[in-house]
Amino acid sequence: MSIVNRPLSPHLEVYKPQLTSLMSIFNRLTGLALSVGTLFFVWQLLAAASGPAQFAWFQALAGSWIGLAALFGWTLSLFYHLTNGIRHLVWDAGYGFDLATTYRTGQLVIVATVALTIIAWIGAFFVRGGF
Amino acid sequence: MTDRMRSPLGHVYGLGSAREGAKEWWSMRLSSLALIPLGLWWAAEIIGHAGADYIGFRLWVGSPVTAILLILTIAVTFYHTAHGVQEVIEDYVHHEGVKLASLVALRFGCVALTVAGVFSVLAIAFGH
Repeated sequence: MSIVNRPLSPHLEVYKPQLTSLMSIFNRLTGLALSVGTLFFVWQLLAAASGPAQFAWFQALAGSWIGLAALFGWTLSLFYHLTNGIRHLVWDAGYGFDLATTYRTGQLVIVATVALTIIAWIGAFFVRGGF
Repeated sequence: MTDRMRSPLGHVYGLGSAREGAKEWWSMRLSSLALIPLGLWWAAEIIGHAGADYIGFRLWVGSPVTAILLILTIAVTFYHTAHGVQEVIEDYVHHEGVKLASLVALRFGCVALTVAGVFSVLAIAFGH
């Protein structure tokens, strides 16, 4: 009687990793990483509102290699979450569910993430005149 | 048994949809949609101002279009963050007490950060 034809969530420990499942997991991980990143941007605005000393302190941290590496990770996460988010919105609208399309859009997201990150940092290099 | 998703016992107990999920779902999609242009703009500006000096950064933040876009970005981002992280907490934190505490901390944190961000932008824009 209790048997119901409900779809089951995969148990991650026994689930063979595939492009589709990994991309789903990374959507959440990048979302969490971006949440942490927002703390720093509010900190930067707060520092700019507080005074030159506080702002200089923050900019020194942001301009250090650790700061730049974190910013690089943030842009990579942002472009992934953003492009994969568009993929999710297309699914929500009811398109692209068949397996072949799902894989193709998944590969497209990865290519777009890498391309946008590279473009953003090349752009930043010219705007800033080097690092 | 047909393709019905609810078990007979669950049906008797009245378990199932609280009929309020659609609003949550729609709000999350709306914020996602808004964050596509805002996120791209923000990323471009953040990288562009990574090494900015105090005066230059404040001039940028305080200009009307930037201030408006920043406030929009902050508000939508923390709305999206609150609901997105809530989903993760509800999926992976199983201890009721810890779950409740995490959800409260998340909500308080997101509101506090929104206020801090918006206030900072306004303070700069109005020349504090």
